Amino acid sequence: MLETVPGLPAGDATALGREKAVLAYGFMLRARLLDDKFATLYRAGKIHGGVFLGRGQEALSAAIGVSLRDSDVFAPLIRDAAGRLAFGEPIVDAVRNYLGSALGPMRGRDGNVHRGYPREGLLPMISHLGAMISVVNGVLFARRLKGQTGMVGVATLGEGGTSTGAFHEALNQASIEKLPLVMVVANNQFAYSTPNSRQFACDNLADRALGYGMGAHNVDGTSLPDCLATIGQAVETARNGGGPQLVVASLLRLCGHGEHDDAGYIDPKLKASPLGRDCLKLAEEYLLSQKLADAAQLAVWRSQVVGEIEEAVNQVQREPTPDPFTEKWTALSSPHLNEMHDEI
Amino acid sequence: MSITYLEAIREAQARALKDDPRVFIYGQDVGAFGGAFKATKNLAKEFPGRVLDSPISEDAMMGLAVGAAIEGLRPIIEMQFADFSTVGFNQIVNQAATLFWRTNVPCPVTVRLPCGGTSGSGPFHSQMMEAIYAHYPGLIVLTPATVEDAYSMLLEAVAIDDPVIFCEHKFLYYHLKADKLPDTALPVGKARIAREGRDLTIVTYSAMVHECVAAANELASEGWQIEVVDLRSVKPLDTDTVIASVARTGRLLCVGEAWPWGGVTAEVIARVASEGYELLDAPPQRLNARNTPVPYHPNLWTAHRPTARAVVSAARKLLRT
Repeated sequence: MLETVPGLPAGDATALGREKAVLAYGFMLRARLLDDKFATLYRAGKIHGGVFLGRGQEALSAAIGVSLRDSDVFAPLIRDAAGRLAFGEPIVDAVRNYLGSALGPMRGRDGNVHRGYPREGLLPMISHLGAMISVVNGVLFARRLKGQTGMVGVATLGEGGTSTGAFHEALNQASIEKLPLVMVVANNQFAYSTPNSRQFACDNLADRALGYGMGAHNVDGTSLPDCLATIGQAVETARNGGGPQLVVASLLRLCGHGEHDDAGYIDPKLKASPLGRDCLKLAEEYLLSQKLADAAQLAVWRSQVVGEIEEAVNQVQREPTPDPFTEKWTALSSPHLNEMHDEI
Repeated sequence: MSITYLEAIREAQARALKDDPRVFIYGQDVGAFGGAFKATKNLAKEFPGRVLDSPISEDAMMGLAVGAAIEGLRPIIEMQFADFSTVGFNQIVNQAATLFWRTNVPCPVTVRLPCGGTSGSGPFHSQMMEAIYAHYPGLIVLTPATVEDAYSMLLEAVAIDDPVIFCEHKFLYYHLKADKLPDTALPVGKARIAREGRDLTIVTYSAMVHECVAAANELASEGWQIEVVDLRSVKPLDTDTVIASVARTGRLLCVGEAWPWGGVTAEVIARVASEGYELLDAPPQRLNARNTPVPYHPNLWTAHRPTARAVVSAARKLLRT
């Protein structure tokens, strides 16, 4: 069931229900085990800079990825390994960006979760929260100017990012232009260490949709079938001309902000609450209860994914790292406009 | 028949829209209204669907432009005033300016900044922003001083595959006139000798070119031959033309309307000091606006920015050194 090279099968929009759940579970599993591998490499001192995991958000993220087509646009954020893989990012490129391979998508110029292929619709995030949403708007706007129709753009954000001006400006802009934007907010209860009580004062972030003129959706972010249904509906509504949609998923971040953070500020009671359930375990229970897989099959898949990840890490560890002597050291694409000064 | 600096900007955009279907204009009031200064007058009518009003959202305006550039379009963003570009600063310096370096995908966005002081405009409608944008790698910063350059450099800006900050000076909008639009132009990155001389080099750009030429004319009546170099683009900065001029005159005065701390005048002096120190017969000098926000009242405003009179005074002092 799991493909060796992740990517969307053709005509995925019709592959609803049971098959889609299995497909999404595959990407959740890949993301979780890949994140675990990055955490191990981080602790072993093999990774420069930070490591940011999506533990607890895989169901939501995978549901986004499997709901999109190749021609769609996706601006993932830091906890979207599952969605990236489901949208078509090869595991090996995720590994390359964390290990700083010169063959990776950012060639060592940027690292970790900052990666993508703008021309293929997978936008590389900058760190400033909310800043990618209007870029998705721009891609959708441009395609409409070019006469292209039928595509959707998804941007993701945590609840902390909803406090930015960029978030407000971009959602208002998307609504004015009636763009097929789906804004997915993972309300994981903490923005780094800041709890929701210090982040916003409304009852439900999805209520903000009314103020923008967007469709509103709430979903239990720990439930894969619920995420598939809700994200799928939001994406199809936007695709069919229903205008921008806001999805707010409730869940709990099951890790620190990054691997440098032990998240000691998270109340154990919250971890023990329904919000704190592990979406991967719930997804496995769902597959078993629906007889989409048995325990033996789950074990086979897990071992298969471990093999894929080990193979990717082994390959990348043999790849060249960026070379400061062959680096061009110019930020311009127009060579004739580089200053001589740059070469001093 | 004559054409103003502002009309040249309007004509350049009309031509860009006509010649290249990838071009569109997005900004506050640029549509049917034709822009706060009328730089897009009638363009929405002439090019339906390609000259669009934006909400008052400079951040989202710039983000949209970057997304459209990724899709191969060539957006022109009009900031209503250069001062307001600070609200979109993040998207300009972190999104647009880094895109090519990070991803190898060019970002051909032109951002028009109506900049500089006019009497009565006050602290938030008068700023010069060129230094702050020139500081960031990945941006081109243009500062046209003439009608011809306003036209040709805006057309070139749209054709450049990198993000361009186009600083058009509001003081020049209406009163600066030319007989016709140019057929040929110096390329971006080349400075222009606005006035030849042998006693002192004044390096300047944008509206200050005219103050400096007026100062040079006044000093000519005293027998001094002042050379005025119009940088045209502050990034890239044509160090060669500046050094060649200093080699002829031995004296350097840099004049800018921006604030004194750092900036273009400091950059020019740093380059001449490190690459042409032996050419200097006297310590190089700078003349900038005063180190306060731009004042509202004309009495204060005319004393805040460099004027021809202030340039004459600074030049005389340097000539006597």
